[in-house]
Amino acid sequence: MIFRFLLVLLALSTTTRAEIPLAERRSGYELMGRETRAMQDDDATNPGMLWVLDGETLWNRRDGASGVACAGCHGDARISMKGVAARYPAFDSSRGKPINLEQRINACRSERQKAAPLAYESRDLLAITAYVARQSRGRPIDITIDPRTKPFFDEGRNTFYRRQGQLNLACTQCHDDNWGKKLVGNAIPQAHPTGYPIYRLEWQGLGSLQRRLRNCFIGVRAEPYPYGAQEFVNLELYLMWRARGMALETPAVRP
Amino acid sequence: MTTRREFLVLACGAFATAAEAQLDPSQEALRRAAFREAVRKVTGGAPVSRGRVKLDLPPLIDNGNTVPLSVSVESPMTGADHVRAIHVFTEKNPQPNVLSGHLGPRAGRASLVTRVRIADTQTVTAIAQLSDGTFWSDSVHVVVTLSACLEDGLI
Amino acid sequence: MARVVVNLPATAKRGEIIEIKTLAAHPMETGFRHTQLGELVPRDIITRFVCIYNGVEIFSAELYPAIAANPLITFSTVAAESGMLEFRWTGDNGYAVTQSAPITVV
Repeated sequence: MIFRFLLVLLALSTTTRAEIPLAERRSGYELMGRETRAMQDDDATNPGMLWVLDGETLWNRRDGASGVACAGCHGDARISMKGVAARYPAFDSSRGKPINLEQRINACRSERQKAAPLAYESRDLLAITAYVARQSRGRPIDITIDPRTKPFFDEGRNTFYRRQGQLNLACTQCHDDNWGKKLVGNAIPQAHPTGYPIYRLEWQGLGSLQRRLRNCFIGVRAEPYPYGAQEFVNLELYLMWRARGMALETPAVRP
Repeated sequence: MTTRREFLVLACGAFATAAEAQLDPSQEALRRAAFREAVRKVTGGAPVSRGRVKLDLPPLIDNGNTVPLSVSVESPMTGADHVRAIHVFTEKNPQPNVLSGHLGPRAGRASLVTRVRIADTQTVTAIAQLSDGTFWSDSVHVVVTLSACLEDGLI
Repeated sequence: MARVVVNLPATAKRGEIIEIKTLAAHPMETGFRHTQLGELVPRDIITRFVCIYNGVEIFSAELYPAIAANPLITFSTVAAESGMLEFRWTGDNGYAVTQSAPITVV
């Protein structure tokens, strides 16, 4: 019995290589200038709130053949969605794989509301995602890996450590080994997804973690996976696990 | 054999040259002239004194697309003595005007906060027009860098 | 979904200076950018913002392409009397949005 438990423990052992010690993890928030941090801290000036408020409207809007709104099943999001975003990506038994929050929202739309799924990076999907994730602001990221999610987690972690693209760089080389140093004038963050969807100053708009990851892939001149690719969801799972225990900041502001 | 650190520096260099937004001198001269003209339109050629105005911008900017900017002017803001307008200019943006705010005694306080685009490392200027017809100004020099990992419009 | 957000205190003491923070959802397309095919992306910006307090204009601003997307404008006014504050944004391509907020002055 104990032997089997130890075997499982060994199989699940997840820390190795160049990982940042848990106590040394810092949100990208801490690398920003004072004024940019103030932009995030004040709901009255945080441009991400424009999407959050749109999301609130959509949450209460009836949609699809069912004629039911999100609120119809989930009630007040401030209560029902508390802690939800902090647990995603999460394993979906019906699909047999982890899915991210955007996919969960679209699954609800097509299966329960009988409505068409929303396109990735569409204003509506970003708005609902931002509204739902906002309800977990301040809460610690809560991801644990179990035997069901382990193979996907491993795949995501391998992506993080794999050299790729014309520049032949792995995520870990910048974000584990060189965080805090400057790259073209900006400080390299540790790359924790603590505030998604984020208002990125570079985009002058709100965007998802997958959009940001695609920017990284393009940055090292690698072919980015398409939106919704399982490779991205697996990488998201690894990144959220890597940031476990850190507080969610959605909607965050980042350069 | 290139060490990993050397390789990263080389890669950064490639980014920097590709992404740099340096204006050529003739372009810069044109924009400076446009800036002076825009100021003249507001002041009518009247003298502008340094002081009374406080322009706040981060000296090192996270991203030139969105730069928090605040202006405040020392003034009792009474009917007899108040700030009529606050104008903000840049000297290197494609267009010199940024914002013109019109106040008055009902403002209570002569202060404005917004977020602006700064195209390149340069000086930003705020000019306040007072009810007695005088003009006062403040300038801030800001350094603009570019983000890494840009998008390339592949959305 | 045209979206603006206005933040100000619901009540204030007479004569108190209150700070008003406004946000508008707008791309503020400068008119200086080009597509990858070299075509100019036409300008599309908010050009004017006005605040009217019980029918009296107490603040206005002209905005130019140098104002960042999703413009924030924060300004102050003296809480003179109870009533309505009306906020108006106008711009290129017929953009026009109005938002009102009541204020109680004690």
